[in-house]
Amino acid sequence: MDHAASAGEGIIEVRDVHTRFGRAVVHDGVSLAVRRGEIFAVAGASGCGKSTLLREMVLLHRPDAGTIRVLGTDLRGVGEDQALALRRRIGVMFERGALFSSLTVAENVALPLREHTRLGDRLITELAALKIALAGLPGEAATKYPSELSGGMRKRAALARALALDPELLFLDEPTAGLDPLGASGFDELVLRLRERLGLTVLVITHDLDFLWRVAARVAFLVAGRVVGIGAMNELSGLDDPLVREYFRGPRGRAAKENRWTPA
Amino acid sequence: MDGSSQLCADVRIEAGTVRCVGTWTTRNLDRADRRLHQIAWPAGPEVVVDAREVASLDLAGAWVLRGAVQALEGGDRRVELRLRPEHAALLRMVDAPELGAAANAGATSRTLLFRIGAWVFETGREIVGVLAFLGSNVLVAVRALRRPSLVRGRAVLHHVQSVGFEALPIVGMLTFLVGVVVAYLGAGPLRRYGANIFVVDLVGIAMLREFAPLFTAIIVAGRSAAAFAAELGTMKVTEEVDALRTLGISPEALLVLPKILALAIALPLLTVYADAVGVLGGMVAARGELGVGWSEFLDRFEKAIHLQVYLVGVGKAAFFASIIGVIGCYQGFQVSGDAESVGRRTTVAVVQSIVLVILADALLSVVFNVLGI
Repeated sequence: MDHAASAGEGIIEVRDVHTRFGRAVVHDGVSLAVRRGEIFAVAGASGCGKSTLLREMVLLHRPDAGTIRVLGTDLRGVGEDQALALRRRIGVMFERGALFSSLTVAENVALPLREHTRLGDRLITELAALKIALAGLPGEAATKYPSELSGGMRKRAALARALALDPELLFLDEPTAGLDPLGASGFDELVLRLRERLGLTVLVITHDLDFLWRVAARVAFLVAGRVVGIGAMNELSGLDDPLVREYFRGPRGRAAKENRWTPA
Repeated sequence: MDGSSQLCADVRIEAGTVRCVGTWTTRNLDRADRRLHQIAWPAGPEVVVDAREVASLDLAGAWVLRGAVQALEGGDRRVELRLRPEHAALLRMVDAPELGAAANAGATSRTLLFRIGAWVFETGREIVGVLAFLGSNVLVAVRALRRPSLVRGRAVLHHVQSVGFEALPIVGMLTFLVGVVVAYLGAGPLRRYGANIFVVDLVGIAMLREFAPLFTAIIVAGRSAAAFAAELGTMKVTEEVDALRTLGISPEALLVLPKILALAIALPLLTVYADAVGVLGGMVAARGELGVGWSEFLDRFEKAIHLQVYLVGVGKAAFFASIIGVIGCYQGFQVSGDAESVGRRTTVAVVQSIVLVILADALLSVVFNVLGI
């Protein structure tokens, strides 16, 4: 199963997905493919169905029609055991962190290791500290509770937990939302470094233009439940779709483009 | 090599060489980790650690491998680590970070004395906190007396409905049953002395003076202290309380005062209702068990039960109302940070208000006894 998704083949394949909540159509035929080892972003205005798409990819929501394959597994007919096996191979970081508030940061990170491996206590503690350091948190953050952390630190702690099981595929939901510019650009570099060193595939839901320009290899742009363009930012920003143009060539879009090669 | 050893990470010592084989990833590391703790390292000043047969390596695997190399180097050996080129980057990565040993520090055990001290300190702070909260609310109430427009009439009515009106069925059912039980309890001894009619005194005084106010207050504490704490706590978490302050609106005036006022109105009214229903329960039981008829019962009731008994009960209800309101709102405001503390504070609000209501009831009984009421 580990080798079901060979190189070249998409590590995530979304084909013609339709989703409705009651009468509201969220996805109206979404298709995209993510290649192994790339940082792929899904962008679009609020309410265009980005987050729902992520929830569908990580088995939290079932689309009404269409197929989604993640790491070679078709999510449609997936059973309990298969879903568990898949979940151990992916890491998810939620927008507001979703850290367990009754556990310290170190305990949060150690939880998946305790549940899913038979490693010794000492090694689990070391690995948790390693992941916390990897996410760029100071050592003393490990014993703190989530409510004692700042917003930026909470995001890094959530990233450390997502990395706990050394996943092949990492999902980030709005990783830079609510961070100050310095924190956001620090997070950009962290994601780039992780991909480079760990060979991760990263799927990011974001509307942060700086992140799109600096970090994402390819971007899918969603408008009203449809993909209106997929490609590198240079190609996307050249598209003639009026909505895309407005999004990328507004004052903020232009500034983000100009700043992309001067990391802070 | 069988299939399982290919999957699991493992260590073998062959001709002075430490050979690492298998899949060195988080899920498959447990055997290698255990083995590395008990292994007899090869003797000699130079050791070769050959990790070229490691099929795949992740961060956790690199960490364990690094640990093995460090253990060997600790024994004054020169270690030569042979790696696949694609794994070298991972090993460099785990070599770099300064890991806080802090991860272990959370588990320090506390002595009994420390915990007693902490408990006393916490309890003391809580008492001071409640008193301070009470004080600030009295100030708001005094200001509201001078400027009645500060009192939000609509909010008060809304809370009277949810605290009082919506509690009618449960309060009615419970106090009716308490009335029945009291009459049944008295029935045995009273019949033995042929004093059947005194069941009226028993039911009347027990219900009006003690049980109706106490049971109603306990039910309302369970319902409303919890509701107040949860409502205010949620608003605290979502920063709505802070938003009110920045808008120049006193959260005490807008959120707390209407709740306490509503309780002070609703709880005495509920108690009057509970009096009536409880006595009705006593009447039903007295008729069935002791043969005291409706009119006989009411006739005796008028003579035996003084207005004072009724007023003491209703007065106690007003006092209980302020306890429940203050504790519920205070615990709501004590919520900090996360959603978990909303649940904790809600529980504390219910337990504290019930305990305090019963304590106050006992205290008042003594006071009334001394005063001869």
